[in-house]
Amino acid sequence: MNTLGQYVDHYVFLASILFTLGAVGFLMRRNVLVQLMSIELMLNAVNLALVAYNRLHGDDMNGHMFAFFIIAVAAAEAAVGLAIVLSFYRLKASVNSDEADSLKH
Amino acid sequence: MSVGSLFFAFCVVLCLVGAVSTIASHNPIRSAVGLLGTIIGIAGLFLKLAAEFLAAIQLIVYAGAVVVLFVFVIMLLGPDATLADDTPARARFSRWGGAALFVVLALGAAFGFHGGWGPPTPLPNVQPGHGSTEAVGGMLFHQGLVPFELATALLIVAAVGAIAVARSRHHVKPATQEPNASKRMFAGPIHPRDAERPLGREGAR
Repeated sequence: MNTLGQYVDHYVFLASILFTLGAVGFLMRRNVLVQLMSIELMLNAVNLALVAYNRLHGDDMNGHMFAFFIIAVAAAEAAVGLAIVLSFYRLKASVNSDEADSLKH
Repeated sequence: MSVGSLFFAFCVVLCLVGAVSTIASHNPIRSAVGLLGTIIGIAGLFLKLAAEFLAAIQLIVYAGAVVVLFVFVIMLLGPDATLADDTPARARFSRWGGAALFVVLALGAAFGFHGGWGPPTPLPNVQPGHGSTEAVGGMLFHQGLVPFELATALLIVAAVGAIAVARSRHHVKPATQEPNASKRMFAGPIHPRDAERPLGREGAR
């Protein structure tokens, strides 16, 4: 138990569990807000894996830089996604993603 | 159990509890708070991995902006943010089946590759400046200069785009008044006593 957090595998395993939880949440839930939050969960898991591997190969900060850009892009994506959610709510008065079927045949 | 391991275990528990609460909560505010817990847990893990700059950025951007944005939108939606019936009965099997398939594939990918069953790789000691603001900033402004500028453009475009998408579509037309000022003088009754009984052409255009 003393070596918890001293191996890269611990962090990568946690990152894969978080990513799986995020993906399962995105696939199973129909609330658009929860789906967006699951996407943020997946992005956080990827960030954790990147930083853990950068700690393993500590020559340069490529992993940190990549994670920095992922954070920036995820913030922009959350903003635009929530704007779309608001627009969708104005149209359908609901946040159920099953009702986004205007392009359906 | 050393302090480092305790801290790691605490952050892991926080991440997992937050993640499960995000995806399994009926109430979207509980999901948002769960996401906040996961983000704080990941920031703690960044600190354990000597990524102090990223831990600060994670707290500022994710916990301080993204989660707040989610809470604002949940507040704007009001009671409609909660779906009464999230999983209709007819779709339950396909959704659970799809999620289970994903879990199986993910675990297979994690353990099925070369090295998946091998001994764990210990983290080496790193020099004191690892993950500091100077190190990441030096990388960002030398090797990552073009992506940095493009990220700036992306953020501006995202801000403008979010405003453009979320703007209301109804244009409220102001009530047009008579453009001619002289005619406007005689558009209504001149004295309040004439309000009920207009004289001649008052008010009629």
